[in-house]
Amino acid sequence: MDLRFAVQLGIIGFIFFMLINASAILVLAERKVMGFMQQRYGPYLVGPWGLLQPLADIVKLLMKEELRPRGADKWLFTLAPILSVTAAFAAFATVPVGAETTFFGLLDEPVKLGAADVNVGVLVVFAITSMGVYGIVLAGWSSNSKYSLMGGLRASAQMISYELAYATSLAAVILLAGSLSIREVVDAQAGFWYQIVPRWYVFLQPIGFIIYVIAGVAETNRAPFDFPEAEQELVAGYNTEYSSVRFALFPQAEYINMATMSAVATDLYLGGWHGIPLLDEYGLSWVTFLLKVGLLLFTYIWVRWTVPRYRYDQLMSFGWKWLFPASVINLLVTAAVVLYFNV
Amino acid sequence: MSETIIFYLLSGLAIGASALVIGQRNPMYSVMLLIASFGALAALYIQLDAPFVAVAQIIIYAGAIMVLFLFVVMLLNAPQEDAAEWDQLHPLRQRGVARFGAILAALLVVQLAWALFEIAEYEAPVGGQADAAAVSSVRELGRVLFERHAFAFEATSILILVAMVGAVVLARKEGPLS
Repeated sequence: MDLRFAVQLGIIGFIFFMLINASAILVLAERKVMGFMQQRYGPYLVGPWGLLQPLADIVKLLMKEELRPRGADKWLFTLAPILSVTAAFAAFATVPVGAETTFFGLLDEPVKLGAADVNVGVLVVFAITSMGVYGIVLAGWSSNSKYSLMGGLRASAQMISYELAYATSLAAVILLAGSLSIREVVDAQAGFWYQIVPRWYVFLQPIGFIIYVIAGVAETNRAPFDFPEAEQELVAGYNTEYSSVRFALFPQAEYINMATMSAVATDLYLGGWHGIPLLDEYGLSWVTFLLKVGLLLFTYIWVRWTVPRYRYDQLMSFGWKWLFPASVINLLVTAAVVLYFNV
Repeated sequence: MSETIIFYLLSGLAIGASALVIGQRNPMYSVMLLIASFGALAALYIQLDAPFVAVAQIIIYAGAIMVLFLFVVMLLNAPQEDAAEWDQLHPLRQRGVARFGAILAALLVVQLAWALFEIAEYEAPVGGQADAAAVSSVRELGRVLFERHAFAFEATSILILVAMVGAVVLARKEGPLS
């Protein structure tokens, strides 16, 4: 086994480890931010500043009894959370997290920071994200409960509707960069306009970015679009009948999906690891990347605790009558501009 | 060598899953097995150096069409296809129909075998001098689709549009629009 292969394996392992941790960190961050916004402390008893709270949560969930309703479909009930979390992890496979680096001169040849570099990376992320809906739908159906079923139905309808706007807003960025490889899209955003404004696509695609973020919130079933688990109407939605580890996998998948959404938004709209030249010089480009992802994740949580939930029909009419047409117009205008100036 | 093993594993998975799709009595399981079959096909495309085709397969079939299938199965809450009375009396259960179907299936197998033997004689891959690099390049694929097969492409999209309008007309409730 040569060194290059070993290093690549190490990077993949590290990204996997960080994704697992991301869900724990996000749980804590969510509760801390929520506490701050509601003028209370949030978790603060377990460990300093409540830092060990996620660990305590996990231990509690592991100790709980695993229940399965008698009428539930045995196989699909078990398969659903596994599918959910697998799709969430796999979606990150083609997301690059930093520029080529030699790890401060430790390696002879530079390696690419990221699990895999595929020339259709954007599409791979999109394909695997769209597979995530199966976990939720199957969980809803196999539980044999009306609340779960309603949650599953809502999830599938919502995800189908918002995937369109999501994909169309991505297509505009692909047109600008002229490549389906995420790494190439990021590298197309290197440098500055007039030495001040970074060449990020968010400045060329402000509407596309807003559509992407809104559709991303809907895709990950976060408030204000968290209808699949709307408490007032559906108890807990698709995961009502779940307990213990099987239950824990659903929120974990949700938090990893959030991280993936933010990472992709950073790569495609916010210039990825470009933007802080000082860090680039020292081979710390991934710090820039992490800062941007963290900012987007904070925005996610911020939105959740500020905006009240919509009504279900409002969500549907908003998705089909406003978001999707807006993304199509955005794509057409982008295509026309690219055609007029570049070719 | 390992490529051959992976190829046969994936083909076996695709064929096995497809066979089980028909064999299952629970429509929900059928849908899931069909998705597994599509996944195996996509993996085969990747092995053939066509990642774009593989991803398109997953996005369109596994990601979009099968979600709709699942949606319909859930909405209708389709019962298990057991030997209920209405099932036994179903017109498709009649002897003559079954025989006709068997003949059609046999014909299809013969046709497939014939096509496979015919293809073995061609040296060049379908689509002219397309090599592995061209197949994996989205740009080349788009060029072929929009230049050489432009008419077929547009005709297909009109066909799909007609089907969509038809579905909307069928689904719309009778009477004046609210």
